[in-house]
Amino acid sequence: MMDALWNLIGDDLAALQIAMPLLTATVCILVRRPMLAWGVAMFNAWGAVVNASILLHRVLTTGTISYAEGGWPVPWGIELRIDLLNALVLLVVTCICAVVLTAAPRALAAEVPEDKHYLFYAAYLLCMTGLAGMTVTGDAFNIFVFLEISSLASYALISQGPSPRALTSALQYLMMGTIGGTFILLGIGMLYMVTGTLNIVDMANQLGAVGPNRTVLVGMAFICVGAGIKLAVFPLHVWLPNAYTYAPAVVTAFLAATATKVAYYVLVRFIYSIFQVNFAFEVNRLDAVLIPVGIAAMFVGSLVAIFQDDLKRMLAYSSVAQIGYMVLGLGLANEHGLTGGLVHVFNHALMKCGLFLVLACLLVRVGSTKLAAFAGLGRRMPLTFAAFVLGGLSLIGVPMTVGFVSKWYLVLGALDAGMWPVAVLILLSSLLAVIYIWRVVEVGYFRTAADDAPEVSEAPFSMLLPTWVLIGATVVFGVWTSLSVGVASAAARMLLGGAS
Amino acid sequence: MFDWGLYNYWVVVFLMMTGLYVVVARGNLVKKIIGLNIFQVSVIMFYVSMGKVLGGTAPIEAEGFELFSNPLPHVLMLTAIVVGVATTAVALALVVRIHEAYGTIEEDEIREIEGEEHRS
Repeated sequence: MMDALWNLIGDDLAALQIAMPLLTATVCILVRRPMLAWGVAMFNAWGAVVNASILLHRVLTTGTISYAEGGWPVPWGIELRIDLLNALVLLVVTCICAVVLTAAPRALAAEVPEDKHYLFYAAYLLCMTGLAGMTVTGDAFNIFVFLEISSLASYALISQGPSPRALTSALQYLMMGTIGGTFILLGIGMLYMVTGTLNIVDMANQLGAVGPNRTVLVGMAFICVGAGIKLAVFPLHVWLPNAYTYAPAVVTAFLAATATKVAYYVLVRFIYSIFQVNFAFEVNRLDAVLIPVGIAAMFVGSLVAIFQDDLKRMLAYSSVAQIGYMVLGLGLANEHGLTGGLVHVFNHALMKCGLFLVLACLLVRVGSTKLAAFAGLGRRMPLTFAAFVLGGLSLIGVPMTVGFVSKWYLVLGALDAGMWPVAVLILLSSLLAVIYIWRVVEVGYFRTAADDAPEVSEAPFSMLLPTWVLIGATVVFGVWTSLSVGVASAAARMLLGGAS
Repeated sequence: MFDWGLYNYWVVVFLMMTGLYVVVARGNLVKKIIGLNIFQVSVIMFYVSMGKVLGGTAPIEAEGFELFSNPLPHVLMLTAIVVGVATTAVALALVVRIHEAYGTIEEDEIREIEGEEHRS
C-alpha cells in the first residue's frame, strides 16, 4: 500500500508543495467548521514539512532536482528546480508554517471572530502556496505569479487585525507590494526581451552569451528595487512596521519568518543565479549599493526599535535591522559573507517567529503588547518570559545561540573582503540590540506589577509548546550547526561557483 | 533624441509615471487604486508591444502566412491582467472596510483620526 502510494507520488513531491496547499485551501472554505478547517490545514502543513525534508535529503544525496511541469520539456515548459539554496528556504518556510499553525487556534480566538476562522485558514494556506511556489519554481515569470498569490493572501491576513489601523496598514502594504511586484514583472520582461526565455537556468546561460547590455542593467535595477520592497530593505521598509504591528499576532509571527525570507531568496536567486557574480558585482558594482544599505538598515532599525513602546513594533523594527544583516551578507559576495546571509535566513526565521509567538501568548493572557503591561510578568508567566529572554539573546548574538552563528560568518565575510570597519559596525549594531532587549527584561523581571493588575496565568500549552520548539531550536542550531551552516555554505559555494 | 520608432515604449513610460504620480500625490484612496491600475496597465502594454512583430499575424499556421507575432508575452499578460483584477478587488474591499471604520476615504482625514486615537 505504502509502496504503491510512494510510486504514485514519489516523483511529484516538488509539484505537491504547490498543489497541496492550493487544494486544501479550497477544502477549508468548503468545510466551514473552524476546528475541522484547522485540522485540514494542519495535516497539509505538517505534510509539507515532511515533503520538504525528503526533498532536502534528496538534493543532498543525489543533487539538484528538476521537474518538468505537465511533462512539457524544459526550457519550453515550466520547470520546478530544487537545489541546495531553495531546499533550505523551503524547509524553513514549511516548518514555520506548520509550527505557527499549531499555535493558531488559541491565538486567533483572542483576535478574530470565530465565524471567520475557516476563511483565515484558507488565506493562510494560499499564502503558503505562493511562498512555496516562489521557492520551488525554476521559471522567472512563475516567481511573479506566486509572489502575487502570496502577497494578496497576506494583505487579507493582515487586515484581520482587531484595530481599524490593520486595514490602513494592509492597504499601505498593498500599494507598496503591488508596485514592487510590478517592478519585478517589468524587470523580468526586460530580461525576456534580451534572452527570449523565462527559464532561470536557460536565461542565465543566454545572458552570459549576451554580455553587458543596457536593457539587462535596467532589468536588474527594476528587479532589485522590486524585490527590495517585498524584502523591506531600508529605505523601502515603511510598510513593514505598521503591517507587523496591527496584524493578528500569529500572522505577524508567520509573515516575519517567511515572507521577507522568500523575498530575500528571490533577490539572491536573481543576483547570483541569473545575473551572476561577474555582471552584478564586478561590472556593475552592486555591492556599492547593497553594503551601505545593509549597514544603514542595521543601525536605523535597531535605533528606532529602542524607542518603541509597543513590543510588536519594536520587534518589527528589529526585523528591519536583521534584514540589513542578510542584505550585507548578500552584498559581500564572498563565501563566508553569503553563508552568513543565508544562514541568517534560517536563524532569524526561528528566533523572530519564536519572539512573535511569545507576544501572541501575552496577547492571549494580558491582552496588550505595550511595554508597560509587562511589569512583573517575569514571575507570573515564567516559561513564556524565559522564551522571550532566550530569543532576545539570539537577536543580540550571544554565543551558543543562532544569532552568534550568523554574525560570526558575516564578520568573517567582512574580514575576507578586507572591510574591517564593516566587521566593527556589525559588532556595534549588536550592542544596540542589547539595549532594546534589556528594556523588556528590566520591566518584566525587576518592576512589580501595579496593585490593580488582573491575575494572569501561564500561557496555554498549545501555544507554549510551539514557542518553545522554536526557541529551543535557536539554542540547538546555535550549538549544532552542521545542518544550517552546512547546507548554507554548500549553497553559497554553488552560487559563487561561476566566479571562483 | 526622440526616436519615433519606439513610441509605444514612450507611451509605456508616460503611463507608468502617470500611475506612480497618482498613487503618490492623490489623497483619495480610490484614486490611488486607479493610479495603481494605470501603473500595472503600463507594464501590460510593455509586454504586448514587446511581443508584436511588425507585419506579423496571429501565430496560427496557414498557407500564405510566414511572419508571426510572438504569442508568449501576450499569454503571460493574461495572467498579469488577472493579478491586476485580483489586486484591485482586494484593495477596493479594504477601502470599503476603511470607510466603515473611519467614515472617510481621504488619507489626511484618516491620519487625523488615527492621530487623535494615538493621543487619547
